Amino acid sequence: MLPDPNSLYGPLDPAPDAGYENAPPRMGFFTDTSVCIGCKACEVACKEWNGVPESGLDLLGMSYDNTGALTANSWRHVAFIEQPRTAGHLAAPADVLGAPVDTGSDRPVEAGPQFLGMPGAQPPGRGWGAEGRTDFRWLMMSDVCKHCTHAACLDVCPTGSLFRTEFGTVVVQEDICNGCGYCISACPYGVIDQRKGDGRAWKCTLCYDRLGAGMTPACAQACPTESIQYGPLDELRERAAARVETLHDRGVPEARLYGHDPNDGVGGDGAFFLLLDEPEVYGLPPDPVVTTRDLPKMWKRAGLAALAMAAATVAAFVGGSS
Amino acid sequence: MAEAHPVGFQWVMEAKRRGAKVFHIDPRFTRTSALADSYLPIRAGSDIALLGGVIRYILDNELDFREYVVAYTNAATIVTEEYADTEDMHGLFSGFNDDNATYDQSSWRYEGHTQAATTQDSETQRETAAGLENESHGAPVGGETERDETLQHPRCVYQILKRHYARYTPEMVERVCGIPQEKFLELAQAWTENSGRDRTGMLVYSVGWTQHSVGVQYIRTGAIIQLLLGNVGRPGGGVMALRGHASIQGSTDIPTLFNLLPGYLPMPHHANHPTLAKWVDSIAHPGQKGFWGNARTYGVNLLKAYWGAAATADNDYCYGYLPRMTGDHGTYQQVLDMIDGKIKGYFLLGQNPAVGSAHGRAQRLGMANLDWLVVRDLFMIESATFWQNAPEIETGEIMPAECRTEVFFLPAASHVEKEGTFTQTQRLLQWREKAVEPPGDARSELWFFYHLGRVIRERLATSTRPRDRALLDLAWDYPTHGPHAEPSAEAVLLEINGYDVTSGRPLASFTEMKDDGSTAGGCWIYTGVYADGVNQAARRKPGAEQSLVAPEWGWAWPANRRILYNRASADPDGNPWSERKRYVWWDAEKGEWTGYDVPDFEKTKPPSYRPEHGASGVAGIAGDDPFILQGDGKGWLYAPTGVLDGPLPTHYEPVESPVRNPLYRQQANPTRKVYTHPINTLNPSPPEPYSQVFPFVFTVSRLTEHHTAGGMSRTVSPLAELQPEMFVEVSPELAVGRGLTHLGWAHLVTARAAIEARVLVTDRLTPLRVDGRIIHQVWLPYHFGFEGLVTGDSANDLFGISLDPNVLIQESKVGTCDVRPGRRPTGPALLDLVADYQRRAGITPGQHAPAVTEDNEGKEHGAS
Repeated sequence: MLPDPNSLYGPLDPAPDAGYENAPPRMGFFTDTSVCIGCKACEVACKEWNGVPESGLDLLGMSYDNTGALTANSWRHVAFIEQPRTAGHLAAPADVLGAPVDTGSDRPVEAGPQFLGMPGAQPPGRGWGAEGRTDFRWLMMSDVCKHCTHAACLDVCPTGSLFRTEFGTVVVQEDICNGCGYCISACPYGVIDQRKGDGRAWKCTLCYDRLGAGMTPACAQACPTESIQYGPLDELRERAAARVETLHDRGVPEARLYGHDPNDGVGGDGAFFLLLDEPEVYGLPPDPVVTTRDLPKMWKRAGLAALAMAAATVAAFVGGSS
Repeated sequence: MAEAHPVGFQWVMEAKRRGAKVFHIDPRFTRTSALADSYLPIRAGSDIALLGGVIRYILDNELDFREYVVAYTNAATIVTEEYADTEDMHGLFSGFNDDNATYDQSSWRYEGHTQAATTQDSETQRETAAGLENESHGAPVGGETERDETLQHPRCVYQILKRHYARYTPEMVERVCGIPQEKFLELAQAWTENSGRDRTGMLVYSVGWTQHSVGVQYIRTGAIIQLLLGNVGRPGGGVMALRGHASIQGSTDIPTLFNLLPGYLPMPHHANHPTLAKWVDSIAHPGQKGFWGNARTYGVNLLKAYWGAAATADNDYCYGYLPRMTGDHGTYQQVLDMIDGKIKGYFLLGQNPAVGSAHGRAQRLGMANLDWLVVRDLFMIESATFWQNAPEIETGEIMPAECRTEVFFLPAASHVEKEGTFTQTQRLLQWREKAVEPPGDARSELWFFYHLGRVIRERLATSTRPRDRALLDLAWDYPTHGPHAEPSAEAVLLEINGYDVTSGRPLASFTEMKDDGSTAGGCWIYTGVYADGVNQAARRKPGAEQSLVAPEWGWAWPANRRILYNRASADPDGNPWSERKRYVWWDAEKGEWTGYDVPDFEKTKPPSYRPEHGASGVAGIAGDDPFILQGDGKGWLYAPTGVLDGPLPTHYEPVESPVRNPLYRQQANPTRKVYTHPINTLNPSPPEPYSQVFPFVFTVSRLTEHHTAGGMSRTVSPLAELQPEMFVEVSPELAVGRGLTHLGWAHLVTARAAIEARVLVTDRLTPLRVDGRIIHQVWLPYHFGFEGLVTGDSANDLFGISLDPNVLIQESKVGTCDVRPGRRPTGPALLDLVADYQRRAGITPGQHAPAVTEDNEGKEHGAS
């Protein structure tokens, strides 16, 4: 029998769905980028607590981001986006907490293409000369595994190394992982990664070992400005909605949530974000979809195809004998 | 602040949540700017011009908090006729002495005072960084002054201030700092609107602000604004100095400075302080008001703590044993003396001058000329390996086989491997326990010094030489524990706190100290930290369980007072200025001062108290004089004495500047400390010729990811990988102008050194229009050196040595340089490059710009 299609797509409480009885409330992260100061304490705390090895001593030239991406050796990644204010902002300019910002003389917005925060051939900053300068934005955002409601990595794992915890989070058991790498191509966010020289897949565990002891994950504990908030997901979603409202009231219309919606392509994220621009600017996929969403359909099609093949074969034999 | 103090910045974010408006002023757009409401790029070294503009804005629009200003500051005090201002003297004050480039301060005195009561000439004061003595107590003045509370007298401080800052107009701010007028006015308006009866504004700076040849005057300019706006001694106000390390405040209180003893008692000078009586009189200034009247008590208690039973009234409590200053023993003088072979041995503890101090090459060459050097650190830092790995090996200036310095590297315990206190910027002592044992041979500083002293004393035990008595008579008896005989840090804290000699009872307050040898205490301002025999610094009652002031978290000196001069949070009659800013007030029914904090005032002295004529010491402080450590009980807008470079902050250009001072004929601080040692070559600045050889301004500071000279971060993988290479930030405009490419190489050249760095082209650096031309600034982190997991050239190598005259802090936040694409040459060619620049700039060794700028042919700068 095919599983209930709803368990691969749509709203769901993952821990009970995974078979936990009397599971604790689903726990997660709300990362509010509007108060992130880019200190990277989350990256360091994560590495210290989880014993994550060095991820390379390379100057990347992506503003102050020398981590580059979430990898097997970086489970938190702070992105830095140097961004001239462009025509994309319709409302009166305001800073992240809402006070209006004097932009002085208007910048010539046609002076270059909109900077999306992607590494490219152009330097991150582009100049307008001493007279044309105004404030610009430096966005910072601490990225992490999303702990999806419908986690494709977990669905495709052949060994059972990836599992759903009682807190609704998704964790790799390193002693079971055989390094097949299916999970890597399955992740719609490009989070999970294979460690070189090790072969196994590694990613954020949402500090499963701390959660069990009633502790806060290392990154959230270290965050000085409460940009990373940890708690029951329901509470976090309420808090996040209120925060967006506050920011809108204070004249920051671009504030929006990402990954909070249980009806999105992954059934909502256990780790979701408040962003100040389009997700692409931060290097996030705009509309992530669990890669196993279409499995039932695919199975149906495969089944139909098999039936048709069988029928054709039977027909061929029957026909042949006639 | 977000960049260098991310943990403290949480409170700025908290204030923002509650509606505070944050302005950030910095030469580069930092993480702080990213979170601020408004960012003002500024030309490095022009801050007094900006803040002077704010003072003018306040005075011109009469936006000062007049009741506060009249009652609590010296605005109404009348100054003698002899005083002449920079307005009339091309940027100099009256009293300038051409022979030694110092001021005779007597013409700055208050009307009716006979003479500014300094005991030392101003050259000795500069040599001994005497300005530091004023850090916690005002410079000496008599208590009774002539005042005009209508502020109309032409020689009252208020009017002098008005004249002095008359030329600091918004146009001038724009011209000097490169800050557009509308941006400046936005700042001035927000600052004044958020100050007064109902609101207070805070000025926050980090240590880089002090590192200028006019560093002390930077802070004073900020303090003048805060006094004019009534933002001192009140909640949410003040000038908050963010310190550079966890306990830099502590290392000024219990000092690691050559000219101070614990509790801001000055180190005696061999000529001026021959006896205990002369020494304490030079601190107490008989006749002066305030708490320093008890200086003898503080001094005797310190001597009793040092020498215990050996210190008696008959031998002046062993005052003769105290070391004496003979002149400038500051770190830069010492390095130059090392180069000249005058210093044989040196201790370095938690310091990495090969990377962290100005003129790195001088630092390394100096250390390479010692007989021995002891380095105690967590890692093998550059200052321990300079003899084999310094850049001077490549150039042939240091040869490892011939370097005579014997380096002893002793591994040190980190802060989690030993117990003790940190004193942070709020003067708050916080105790920390030892979390883990130090690895291997690593030991605490306390262990090291205790056992070093013990061993030396054992070696000298049979000595009969008088010179060894000071060591042998020391009270050197601390309880120890554990396999390594670790001394008890709490026993040291108890000694610092002070105790009754007979009973051993810990003192509860410095008012219990006696000057007859019956009490001993190592640092009078810390008395109370061990009150009732309890380690008060170890208190950790959560904020949610106590008042907003949180008096039961740690312990703040003095007397657990969280805001100094908090008498000023009440009006002259003792009532809160407003309900919103209620903090400390007079309870008339009970007849005492009360409030949320420990009142910084004699508890039962009523607001109406007026001293008898001629009263001195504490009795001389009136009931409405909140500044109880000042000789006249007032906050000083104008410093009639004690600040060596003038009674009022004045904009001088940095010693190295591409710009002629737009405000005065005088180019740079005329009283700056100059070292003419041949190694200390300085780039020329206008009006000297050839300044265009070094056309760009450079400034250095920190990244969040690294700590100071990198000894604790470049050596640690999770930090090192976050900022793995030395880089220089340049604006896109400069990149185009100089052919620099993003992630390519550039090298920077000054008259001292050439260093290379990878290029980050970024809009966070912006060219500024200054005095009609475009000035480019570049920024570098100063964390890199040649040891550790990640290495790079050291930014501090670029600086020369020019010091502030008051405290001998170096100008290491601004200089001029040239920027060129590509990597620097190596080996002897590197020396040739620097020599070529020196030749092109007309620099000869030992040559320095004159103290007083002569520019007769030029236009009259800034005269209105």
